Amino acid sequence: MNTSAADAPIQKVATGIKGFDFIAEGGLPEGRTILVGGSAGSGKTIFASQFLAEGIRKADQNGVFVTFEEHPADIRRNVCTFGWDIAQWEEEGKWRFVDAARDPAQEIHVAGDYDFGALLARIEHAVNTVDAKRVVLDSIGAIFGYFVDSGRVRHELFRIASALRDMKVTAILTGERTSEYGEVARHGLEEFVADGVVILRNVLEEEKRRRTVEILKFRGTMHRKGEYPFTVLPREGIVVIPLSAIELKQRSGDIRVTSGNAELDRMCGGGLFRDSVILVSGATGTGKTLMVTHFVDGAAAAGERSLLLAYEESREQLGRNAIGWGTDFDRLEREGKLRVVCEYPETAGIEDHLVKIKDEIEAFKPDRVAMDSLSALERISTGRGFREFVLGLTSFIKHKEITGLFTSTTPTLMGGSSVTEAHISSITDTIVLLRYVELFGEMKRGIMVLKMRGSRHEKEIRELVIDEEGMHIGHQFRNVAGILAGHPTQIAVSELERLDELFPREAM
Amino acid sequence: MSKYLLRLFIAGHTVRTERAIANIRRICDQDLDHQYELVVIDVLERPQLAEDQKILATPTLIKELPPPLRRVVGDLSDRDRVLVGLELAIQDAQKGNSQ
Repeated sequence: MNTSAADAPIQKVATGIKGFDFIAEGGLPEGRTILVGGSAGSGKTIFASQFLAEGIRKADQNGVFVTFEEHPADIRRNVCTFGWDIAQWEEEGKWRFVDAARDPAQEIHVAGDYDFGALLARIEHAVNTVDAKRVVLDSIGAIFGYFVDSGRVRHELFRIASALRDMKVTAILTGERTSEYGEVARHGLEEFVADGVVILRNVLEEEKRRRTVEILKFRGTMHRKGEYPFTVLPREGIVVIPLSAIELKQRSGDIRVTSGNAELDRMCGGGLFRDSVILVSGATGTGKTLMVTHFVDGAAAAGERSLLLAYEESREQLGRNAIGWGTDFDRLEREGKLRVVCEYPETAGIEDHLVKIKDEIEAFKPDRVAMDSLSALERISTGRGFREFVLGLTSFIKHKEITGLFTSTTPTLMGGSSVTEAHISSITDTIVLLRYVELFGEMKRGIMVLKMRGSRHEKEIRELVIDEEGMHIGHQFRNVAGILAGHPTQIAVSELERLDELFPREAM
Repeated sequence: MSKYLLRLFIAGHTVRTERAIANIRRICDQDLDHQYELVVIDVLERPQLAEDQKILATPTLIKELPPPLRRVVGDLSDRDRVLVGLELAIQDAQKGNSQ
């Protein structure tokens, strides 16, 4: 007996579905049959169609689509928004349908014993005709509707699954699920396609739809565990976002870049780290957008390119603000030092935004990314989805050695912290707080560097003054306490001296 | 000229196939007064015909003439179901009355 073939590790077939092969550690097990389960509208047919389409486009592998539910004409029409020209592939002999969809006009009368020999012969014929390496059966649950004897149907599907194995094709069987977190599929389908199970979910969470994909099992081979969000995009199809799977290869380099403000650089111990993410938190009007403007300006002065993602203000308004502080966005854009992308957060889901941002970064190849504001995106997502978004974005830009500056708006004028910070403060490297300080009937602004990973930084809360040249950082608020808590109080000078004796100030 | 045109799709020559052929011949001889033409098609040899007719299960019997087109799946061992499925029940009833 030749045992070496059996002992050989299972090869993987790259599906070509963006992000999926990463969580599948290479793709689907070659020559195996995988069940893709999901509730109605979870994207099973798209997933299956994309498996065939990418096979033709990227791997030169032809495919056979056996449809039990939709008619081939409907499938051709439905997927053309993804840019897959099935009719063309059919003409070229790369794609073949086996139409097993029920004809409603045709009633099936059963008079005695039967098997699915005809269906099997048709699948084999189609596979041989186009020399297919990939086969899809979508969705096998539908066939239980044609024939009453489900035991017989199950037996026959088992026979087809084993015949697919003999044909040495990699196959996807899709199956309906009745609930998002229940049995794998109806009719006990997973029993006979035990090689692997992939679950697609479309969960309603905090009134927002969230699509995820999870590999439940790949017999005999490795895969990543847990649910990964995915999105369905026109011209692309399914894009899986392997957020938490991105390895944090943080090369904590000690190259410093300017924040665009010399005083702030000094507070940070000589500038921001190049591959770091900075969170600027403050109430409305404390100077967050100004910090972003300085950040962009400082980059341009150093010959670097910035991508500015704006979710709160229009391009015109941003430009006007910047001009007011002495920075000309139009000129920077003409010089190729800046690209401004303005969008309403509500135009897309958070996963779509992430894919779009990554595309922008890949296309523009900036040295810096500024986002104003991150908290605007929080509105459109669930807590978990937002955290995954930030994690995915920060690890992506760090990987690219890009400096990131995100702003976050606190909900209250005085003190306070936003949910954004609570979610992501552990992910960001540097946190800069901008706070209002009420003194002698006047509103002043304060700035402090709350944390800076891997660097010494000033601990003082300093005064921030904004004029027509932008921002200036002044002296420390010596005789005020409780700024961060949101209720600044004056401390008498004598008391301050007493505190100084209690805690002798270290020389900075 | 034969009054009935029937096509029987089979998948290879198995016991079930033979049983289906024997069953349909018996029904035809008894209930259709020999006025029929029966074409047996093996899908293993001619899969494209199965594709054209969208046959899933075998054996499948299709009554092409006279209209309406009717399909019956199985080894045709249940004579009454075959006659109902092919809409031949009326003749059957008449035949029953005349005997």
